[in-house]
Amino acid sequence: MTLSAHPLKERYARSHIQRTTTCPGCGIGTVSQAILRAIDELGLNMDDFVFVSGIGCSAWIPSPFYNADTLHTTHGRPIAFATGVKLGLPDKHVMVVSGDGDLTAIGGNHLIHAARRNINLTVVLVNNGIYGMTGGQTAPTTPRGIKTITSPYGAMEHDFDIAPMVVAAGAAYVARWTTYHPRQMTRSIKKGIQKKGFALIEAVSQCPVQYGRASKLGGAVDMLTHFKANSIRLAKAREMDEAQLAGKIIVGEFCDREKAELSEQWVRLRSEMTEDK
Amino acid sequence: MQHNKKVQTGTHFEMGNWACTEGALAAGCNFAAGYPITPASEVANFLAARLPEVGGTFLQTEDEISAICAAIGASWAGCKAMTVTSGPGISLMQESIGFAVATETPLVIVDVQRFGPSTGVPSVGLAGDIVQVARGSHGDYQIVALCPESPQEMFDMTIRAFNLAEIYRVPVFVMGDGFMGHMREQIAIPPEDRIEIKNRKIAEPAATVLERQDFQDVNVAPMPVFGRGLKAHVTSSCHDEHGMRNLSDPEVMHRYTMRPIEKILKHRDDIVRVEDDCDNVDVVLVSCGTVSRCARAAAQLARSEGLKVGTLRLLTAWPFADREVRRAAEKVDHMLVLENNTGQLYPYIKAEAAHACRVSFLGPQTLGQIHDPKYILGHIKELIQ
Repeated sequence: MTLSAHPLKERYARSHIQRTTTCPGCGIGTVSQAILRAIDELGLNMDDFVFVSGIGCSAWIPSPFYNADTLHTTHGRPIAFATGVKLGLPDKHVMVVSGDGDLTAIGGNHLIHAARRNINLTVVLVNNGIYGMTGGQTAPTTPRGIKTITSPYGAMEHDFDIAPMVVAAGAAYVARWTTYHPRQMTRSIKKGIQKKGFALIEAVSQCPVQYGRASKLGGAVDMLTHFKANSIRLAKAREMDEAQLAGKIIVGEFCDREKAELSEQWVRLRSEMTEDK
Repeated sequence: MQHNKKVQTGTHFEMGNWACTEGALAAGCNFAAGYPITPASEVANFLAARLPEVGGTFLQTEDEISAICAAIGASWAGCKAMTVTSGPGISLMQESIGFAVATETPLVIVDVQRFGPSTGVPSVGLAGDIVQVARGSHGDYQIVALCPESPQEMFDMTIRAFNLAEIYRVPVFVMGDGFMGHMREQIAIPPEDRIEIKNRKIAEPAATVLERQDFQDVNVAPMPVFGRGLKAHVTSSCHDEHGMRNLSDPEVMHRYTMRPIEKILKHRDDIVRVEDDCDNVDVVLVSCGTVSRCARAAAQLARSEGLKVGTLRLLTAWPFADREVRRAAEKVDHMLVLENNTGQLYPYIKAEAAHACRVSFLGPQTLGQIHDPKYILGHIKELIQ
């Protein structure tokens, strides 16, 4: 048997890591590739980055694979850790990669406050609508009515609409794509990295093993087909009413704006306060 | 003469929380994160004003969890980082205290303790966190906790806390309380060149992390600080000496827990400090923190009445001064443990002393008040009758 390696692996992955932890059909590989392609296309080096992740399947995208400084943190806290990293290393790109449970349930407060501060982080939030690693529990992103292991009679709660929430919290750049849109996702991650401010790229991703089973959407191909059929561009969605938008995934750029960024303000203040007068 | 922004050399009459801030700056602190909480707020307030003057950063976070996480992140970015809070904040920080332990992160946590449990009484000092700082996070670990008794020592011990954090790559607590945090006393700040400052050792580049020991050296591995191309792999999950996650090898699991513990215990003689004045006495008063002032006053009072009473003061609560307590116990008939709580260190002291002498506990006459020396003397007399 011969092993074939992705061309990006040699340049961006730790050489001694040979296996991923993802299930067959998982969307994480697509998201990871979008991140690495974005870095590659921008001509950046892994030493330009610090990657911070939390707990959950998608937190394993940078750690242990990316050959860079990686900080794998506690559940829900990667943005809080990353805030300290960024303020300590304002010249580095600090990227947070984690899931919907990590960043919007247990870590929801850190997400909205980092967006409010407009600190220059790039957050790739992999939204698979469920807790995958722990066995398919309801997440704040699980649509109402879906039966999961912790909502066996159907989820009664309403789900978070993450991208608009982060726009409202004050982020500089917010986009949402699905794993059916890897090129658009790559482009948005590039913009997020280049953006001076808080950037969130919500990557709606398939979890065929847990979500596919719970939602009865089926396997990976069925879920990608579902993403294709149900994704609506933001501009078009604005012309549709609530009933027409039920069950749809609105994709596109939700905001792209200039506003004072936190770490840059600190660099300026520190230099003003310490220069000899 | 140019004003030294970093070290405020001179004699000051200020509160303990001010002294703590100036100690942090003198030690080289350049990052702090915190959330407002009485009676610790002044430390964060002063840091917010002072840190930018020395090129540092202050972040007010959305909660204490975020504060300690940001401080740990900044430490990995190469900063000398701290956070400051009180009991309820420590409760929220516990998970991340374990993270700092497991990832061997230099960090100073100032705890200006207050009356509990729960929201308790914010403005009243009480040594309510002595055990929770050492045992509050899940899993097994050792912690370093220093116990000042005065504003002067809040200055001195905050510097020492930063030095120990840097030398051993560990989180270090400064256990203040509402009494000394808000008390104003004389504080002498020496010239900058008279203050000893320690800095962490930093790892060298290697082809891969597998060729470098970044963790789990009982003699302290150089830290693979971020931003230097060292490609550090840092995780609080069980990892090997290179930082790579390993959740299957029992030997790795053993080392992951044991090495950070052994690192502290191996160097305990360098960390543990006591003040011992218990030769040729019948009764020794054991204390730490604010209560030590009452213990000393009570011992003086007792001696003035011809009673043979001495003191043993723990300047470090953790790692526990087991040998020092044992040695003192073997010299006396009775050990009276004074704590401004219901007896948090008492079981630890008793375990080391009860084989050699009688050991008893005395809290303050009213919880939340400081021990009246006359009240302590009354108990001493009952003991020796």
